[in-house]
Amino acid sequence: MQPIIEIRGLEKTYASGFQALKGVDLDIRRGEIFALLGPNGAGKTTLISIVCGIVRATAGSVTVDGHDIVRDWRAARSLIGLVPQELTTEAFESVWATVSFSRGLFGKPPNPALIERILKDLSLWDKKDTKVMALSGGMKRRVLIAKALSHEPRVLFLDEPTAGVDVELRRGMWEMIGRLRESGVTIILTTHYIEEAEEMADSIGVISGGRIILVEEKAALMEKLGKRLLTLHLQSPLDAIPAELAGYPLTLSDDGRELVYSFDSQHEHTGIAGLLRKLGDHGIDFTNLRTEESSLEEIFVSLVKERA
Amino acid sequence: MNLHAIKAIYVFELARTWRTLFQSIAGPVISTSLYFIVFGAAIGGRFASVEGVSYGAFLVPGLVMMSVLTESVSNASFGIYMPRYSGTIYEVLSAPISAFETVIGYVGAAATKSVILGTLILLTARLFVDFSIAHPFWMVAFLVLTSVTFSLLGFILGIWADGWEKLQIVPMLIVTPLAFLGGSFYSISMLPPFWQQVTLFNPVVYLVSGFRWSFYGAADVPVALSLAMTALMLVICLAVVWWIFRTGYKLKS
Ligand SMILES: Nc1ncnc2c1ncn2[C@@H]1O[C@H](COP(=O)(O)OP(=O)(O)O)[C@@H](O)[C@H]1O
Ligand SMILES: [Mg+2]
Repeated sequence: MQPIIEIRGLEKTYASGFQALKGVDLDIRRGEIFALLGPNGAGKTTLISIVCGIVRATAGSVTVDGHDIVRDWRAARSLIGLVPQELTTEAFESVWATVSFSRGLFGKPPNPALIERILKDLSLWDKKDTKVMALSGGMKRRVLIAKALSHEPRVLFLDEPTAGVDVELRRGMWEMIGRLRESGVTIILTTHYIEEAEEMADSIGVISGGRIILVEEKAALMEKLGKRLLTLHLQSPLDAIPAELAGYPLTLSDDGRELVYSFDSQHEHTGIAGLLRKLGDHGIDFTNLRTEESSLEEIFVSLVKERA
Repeated sequence: MNLHAIKAIYVFELARTWRTLFQSIAGPVISTSLYFIVFGAAIGGRFASVEGVSYGAFLVPGLVMMSVLTESVSNASFGIYMPRYSGTIYEVLSAPISAFETVIGYVGAAATKSVILGTLILLTARLFVDFSIAHPFWMVAFLVLTSVTFSLLGFILGIWADGWEKLQIVPMLIVTPLAFLGGSFYSISMLPPFWQQVTLFNPVVYLVSGFRWSFYGAADVPVALSLAMTALMLVICLAVVWWIFRTGYKLKS
């Protein structure tokens, strides 16, 4: 099936001369949750803004469900909902008015029942007559989500949706995003919380310095890079790793007190039993041991470092 | 044509007027009434009639024009500057709505306010002085044309301005002086010849003259010229707005 979003050779150089995107190619599959991960300034917001028509691309092309965003902008934009990174809301409008406004703006006839359902889903119903400026940050964020959903988009962009939202609400938001996906909406979110990508995404793209450096299904990514570490605290320090243990992927800490063994957690035979037996045979005693799993965060940090 | 979007913007903008009713409507109506009391009733009594109408009646079209054009500029500039300032403009930029539709929504709402305001001032004026309208059709035409043209000008100002000062300085330093010197309070023929020539560079003169003609059938400049000048201003403003959206000037990076 054709990807719902196809990005080809996308470049952006701002008026200041700064090149924020350096040739981005990216396909996003229909109906998936795609997490765009990247450090601050990587170009995530720029990328989203171009697809949504807020920023002009310097070069390259984007299609949304086959509609070119420049030539066929009206059809492309009708499909897209955007929740911006900044909490930009009308101050004096009521929640109800501002959400209804968004629906109209996207060319949809009024549908009070739908707006009621969206507000209820986002726990905003009892605030519907409240002025937006009187809401907390988390509520404003949800108002922005309600605005984006009000026109029934097929593609939803969430630019750091849970920034500044407390943990409990974050859970609720994830659930809502999950429900949206079930209804067939494609969701693209950018985030700093790797936890978020780990929890929700089907695919993960890593962007750094204006380039996409990796796109992978989450499961595959975790498997490929999901190493575990076993750290042994030794009773007496070693000068070097004994030759008999050369076959194992071991590293010794500088003070010679810690031996670190890395293994593939997905693998049936981790080799731990064999290693421990060999250590016993050579009279290397340890006082303590612990295992760690490399999280997406570590994978991500190491990836970005590698390319930098 | 995205009619729902035009309606959404239009209704939204008019709702803003409703919220700030005093500021946008009552304020100008009251200040115009004060002009009538001071100039029309208090001072005007000592003036002979101008061009065959009493000074009070002579003032009416000029005062309406003055309010309409200053309020058009300030309403429309505020209407588009506000979302730029708060960032909510992102939504309009990302919506399936053309430049033309956006302008109809914003400028249409600002112009509507101005027409309502002009009508209210006329009704208020009727309480102070007696006047008649010789050419009602042309009166409405001038009122609407002026409202649209100066709302467009305000729209341009609201996009150009990158601070509250600039937003206020243009109306204060340019629009208000032009409006005051545009023949609202006097007939151009009352000026010395040199100043009569200078005054003809002031576009407001043509508006006020044409508008007054629609009331009393007398004008400082030929009415066709008034109409042509108004149309010219409208076309210039439209061209600038078209250029703004084409280039994304101050709207899109
Ligand atoms: N309007 C702009 N003019 C100049 N540089 C910009 C502009 N917007 C963003 N940038 C720069 O482009 C880079 C990418 O920004 P952004 O897309 O916001 O990154 P992210 O969302 O990944 O944090 C940053 O270095 C930022 O400073
Ligand atoms: Mg960002």
